[in-house]
Amino acid sequence: MKIGIIGGGVVGALLAYELTKYNVEVTLIEKEFDVGMGVSKANSAIVHAGYDDEKGTLRSKFCARGNELYDELEENLDIDLKRIGSHVLAFKQEDMNTLDRLYNQGIENGVKGLKILDKNEIIRLEPNINEHVIGSLYAPTAGITEPWQVAIGAVELAQKNGLNLSLSERVIEIKTENYKIEKIITDKKEYIFDVVINAAGLYADVISNMAGDVSIPIHPRQGEYILLNKFTAHDLVNSIIFPPPSKMGKGILVLPTVDGGTLLGPTSEDLSYLLKDDRTTTRHGIDEIVESAKKLVPSIDVRETVKIFSGLRPESPNKDFWIGKSEKISNLFHAAATRSPGLTAAPAIAKFLVEEIQEKMKINFSEKENYISKRERIKNFFNDESLEKYDEMIKEDSSKGKIVCVCNKITESEIIEAIKRGAHTLDGVKFRTRASFGECQGGFCTHKIMKIISKQLNVPIEDITYGNDNSYVITGKVRP
Amino acid sequence: MKNYSTDLLIIGAGAAGMAAALKAESLGIKVILVERNEEMGGILNQCIHNGFGLHYFKEELTGPEYANKFENLLNGKNITFLSNRFLHSINEENKEIIFTSSEGIEKISCKALVYTAGARERPFGSLLIPGNRVSGIYTAGMAQRLTNIENRLPGKKALILGSGDIGLIMARRLTLEGMKVEAVLERMPYPGGLARNITQCLKDFEIPLLLSTTVVEVRGQGRLNEVIVAQVDGNFNEIKSTRRSYSVDSLILSVGLVPSTTPVMHLVEIDKRTRGVVVDSIMRTNKEWVFAAGNCVVIYDLVDYVSKEGEIAGENAAKYILGETFGKKIKINPGNNIGIISPSFYVENTELELYVRVIRPCENKKIIVKSGQDIIHQSRHISMIPSEMEHIKIKKDKLLNVKELTVEVIENE
Repeated sequence: MKIGIIGGGVVGALLAYELTKYNVEVTLIEKEFDVGMGVSKANSAIVHAGYDDEKGTLRSKFCARGNELYDELEENLDIDLKRIGSHVLAFKQEDMNTLDRLYNQGIENGVKGLKILDKNEIIRLEPNINEHVIGSLYAPTAGITEPWQVAIGAVELAQKNGLNLSLSERVIEIKTENYKIEKIITDKKEYIFDVVINAAGLYADVISNMAGDVSIPIHPRQGEYILLNKFTAHDLVNSIIFPPPSKMGKGILVLPTVDGGTLLGPTSEDLSYLLKDDRTTTRHGIDEIVESAKKLVPSIDVRETVKIFSGLRPESPNKDFWIGKSEKISNLFHAAATRSPGLTAAPAIAKFLVEEIQEKMKINFSEKENYISKRERIKNFFNDESLEKYDEMIKEDSSKGKIVCVCNKITESEIIEAIKRGAHTLDGVKFRTRASFGECQGGFCTHKIMKIISKQLNVPIEDITYGNDNSYVITGKVRP
Repeated sequence: MKNYSTDLLIIGAGAAGMAAALKAESLGIKVILVERNEEMGGILNQCIHNGFGLHYFKEELTGPEYANKFENLLNGKNITFLSNRFLHSINEENKEIIFTSSEGIEKISCKALVYTAGARERPFGSLLIPGNRVSGIYTAGMAQRLTNIENRLPGKKALILGSGDIGLIMARRLTLEGMKVEAVLERMPYPGGLARNITQCLKDFEIPLLLSTTVVEVRGQGRLNEVIVAQVDGNFNEIKSTRRSYSVDSLILSVGLVPSTTPVMHLVEIDKRTRGVVVDSIMRTNKEWVFAAGNCVVIYDLVDYVSKEGEIAGENAAKYILGETFGKKIKINPGNNIGIISPSFYVENTELELYVRVIRPCENKKIIVKSGQDIIHQSRHISMIPSEMEHIKIKKDKLLNVKELTVEVIENE
């Protein structure tokens, strides 16, 4: 059986990871230059506990389960997962009522370890929190990860197990006959699949329309973020800090990143369904983040900002996922409207769809005999190896001793490895290795990374970009 | 694993480190000088413009020439230069410093350490300027590196944000290399760089300097293609009616340097506000065996000052190794209209080389240094602006038995 996945975000990547466990032929088509570069790249990076999802929603079906499955991903994909726990804070008595409601909802959803804490208990765990706090809902199973690493890791492992990956390729037409997809036409070639999975994120509505299926009602909801320096603002909070929830969602949070920095955000602004690429940051957005974050942690100093950015999430009017077989097109499955907590739910959605495809298509997948069950991350020798071991490693390969990114201590060897694994842009290298992700934001190393990419891929240095085609760095030589 | 041992270890072979090495060696101390790049000189190597050395060498030199003079002085001395080494960790207990290199891990045990790691540039993100995520935004140092060393031009048309010296120098450099520099923007109502650079880099090339003006938005798809600028009021809030747009493909930032101190942030005291290493008048940190000098302490205007401070660090580290003991530390406090002050402490029985920056510009005012209520130094300064550092030397015989010192600008005489 041939299965085509449209979209290489966390959801599409995890579908590829699940499907390549079986004897099926899987192709993943991604329009961007790399996997995980859309919705997956810019979000809060939280593995939610699952207390926030109302009974009867698909979110409640997949979130708590997805959270549990992250242990498996951590093991098999060798990604970072830190279960640092989360607090929803209460500042007023009515907030305490909300905490009670969330607590009960969490119990119904099967969330483990939930506790309502009093002021003293929170302050002991989070000494920098606003002293006006009166209580919190503590969820120890909540965690943080790096979403792009989930996508990269899942696709790498799937590739080891036979995935066909096609990047920078855009689906432009879907031909159907008798309510069945016959052909997928991209800007590069044509594909014939037995089953098509729509995991196109913000473009899931476009893909669905192309296939002649119903319009999936989604629109981009923009979230802006501020990232603070991991060296100077790394111990502000120990866990994920939520404000009391409001109608617009979970509000503006303060949380640590896996890398040790502090992340503030997101704002929450609904955009027209046409603005699927509008990752603009705004003055009012930044001001709102600063104001709201300081209400949670008053000592935040935004002079320690290294980066501001904005991400889009595929929001739907009923605030729920759109998962399962199309009611109209016989061989089309949707993994769409994966709004928050889409990242958390993704592994559960992927497992569910593998079952669903077998059931609805009346077929049983057999497991691969020579399945490779694990992938290894690109090792950071400088930070992770013992001195003795590191010394030996450098003697075998001198590029392991050459530091390229001076902030995060990333070696030439790691950058070469990232290029071997598919990175061909500055962002591709950055999201695989964290080179240029540090406090100087590439000021010292961008030119060095460009030289390495140029040499490894044998491309002129002028052709190297951050990400998409137009994001070039230099225009030409000063002198011939 | 290779092991070295030395009297004095110096981390960073830029203007401060080279001077420290020379001075310490002249006092008979065995020195190892470690550098993360291939060559000595640090950032001087990419500063191909002139204006260096007027104080230190009494002649005008380019950056590479200035570095080269030091390199020649260092050659043949009892100084081991290790290049392409990157600081891995510092083992405080046995004064052992660990480096990585392409040959393996190296451990250097020493009796004293001089840390001269320079500074880094503030990144674009720290400015909280909204807009699209685009390429084409460079720190001035990165643009300088690309142009002067890598032989690559960053773009065709540029705006420069920040009138610090590097920004001014880059306005001229990029113009000379064929780029069109539309303007230099400065958020403050006065320029951020030296007066001579305003004349030689902007006026001589007819590049406009727009004061009280900043970037409020960057736009582009992939690459930068538009920058929105506006004037700001006294509180740096945008005056919306003054918005205007520039079609440029490059934005060069000269928005300040931050001392590079993260590798030693758990070893020595760091000033929380300036991020510089806190030192006293002998350039010693709060650890008796660790000294620091140069831009990792405070951002200096002139490389000549950096070398001078490097010498003080080298000399006193040598004296420490030779067993000399030093006097008591006395706090130096900033008073009225003093923003930056270095060093933070005076050590009894030493000369005091004081570097200060005012907070607000002022004309024909006195700077005084007080010990309690006693004025021990006063000097009149015709014109003082935050971007120009005031250098005050006080002889040690004027500093006998002083109490806490305060430096201040006298407003009303």
